[in-house]
Amino acid sequence: MNQQNALYTYLLRLGDSALIQSHRLSEWCSRGPILEEDLALTNIALDNLGRAQALLRYAGEVEGKKRTEDDLAYKRGERQFYNNLITELPTGDFAYTIAKQLFIAAFESLLFTELSKSKDDTLAGIAAKTLKEVKYHLVHARDWCYRLGRGTVISNSKLQHAVDELWMYTGEMFEMDEVDATLLKEGIAADLAPLKPKWMEHVTAILKDADILLPAGEFMQTGSRAGIHTEHLGHILTEMQYLQRAYPEAIW
Amino acid sequence: MANDTQLDLWEVFIQSRAGNHHIHAGSVHASDRQMALQNARDIYTRRNEGSSIWVVPAKYVTASNPDDADMFFDPANDKIYRHPTFYVMPEGAKQI
Repeated sequence: MNQQNALYTYLLRLGDSALIQSHRLSEWCSRGPILEEDLALTNIALDNLGRAQALLRYAGEVEGKKRTEDDLAYKRGERQFYNNLITELPTGDFAYTIAKQLFIAAFESLLFTELSKSKDDTLAGIAAKTLKEVKYHLVHARDWCYRLGRGTVISNSKLQHAVDELWMYTGEMFEMDEVDATLLKEGIAADLAPLKPKWMEHVTAILKDADILLPAGEFMQTGSRAGIHTEHLGHILTEMQYLQRAYPEAIW
Repeated sequence: MANDTQLDLWEVFIQSRAGNHHIHAGSVHASDRQMALQNARDIYTRRNEGSSIWVVPAKYVTASNPDDADMFFDPANDKIYRHPTFYVMPEGAKQI
């Protein structure tokens, strides 16, 4: 695998995760438990959308076929998306979204710390900007874990249920293949292996403080690195890509 | 406040940049001070309005009574000598 192909795929993986997570969070618009939380979640959605735009734009440049970030977002099919599975899972209830945010933000704060040291200047720049946003996402998710976990019996059980359900989607975030290996040699990609124990330590500490039990299950879902997804991604794309599919090249 | 089921009310003060006053921006609901700060950040500074935020529980704000307006404010109406309008603004000063 040459470096150009590897970097293109790597950027799609990062960009797609941000894009799909953004779409899921935007589903909270007008449905937040309170107005303030509605805005908080959609703010985070916009952070992710900005990151997706920057990463996909750069992916288009690296690919060199004059595809824009919009081409990549709206004109690829399900099997050509490489977002982590956890980002495409349904929004669920508020506790489910918070647990998802905790797992993803704890991972991304480690990931973008590493990527901000990347030898690829553009990627390092995007990572440095993203890191500031992700740190806030993590604080937001962590504090809500405390509130829900130590709130009432019902809020605790909803968060526990969400953590149990989502656990098998956390392993995939740390998967590496020849794309990562090619870029690691050049100092461009982040080595995810040493991040896993750090993630585990951080998440374990937060869940413990939130009176949530760590799931024991070891089975982990996999697939997104090869473009294989849950049934949920197709539904997201149907909605997200509708306008470009129905009215090709539409602009406003 | 009748039937406000949305957690406690906090008043939000935003400083647009270092050196300026914190100015009242509005209010947020929150169950604790951290949440109040985060909600204020998300609602009132997302368009780059601020560099510092204060949040204060609304219940600790003491407000003047509209019935006292005559006594409180009218006496200041005709005392223009209390306004520093007789000075020339120093060149280059944006605010005094």
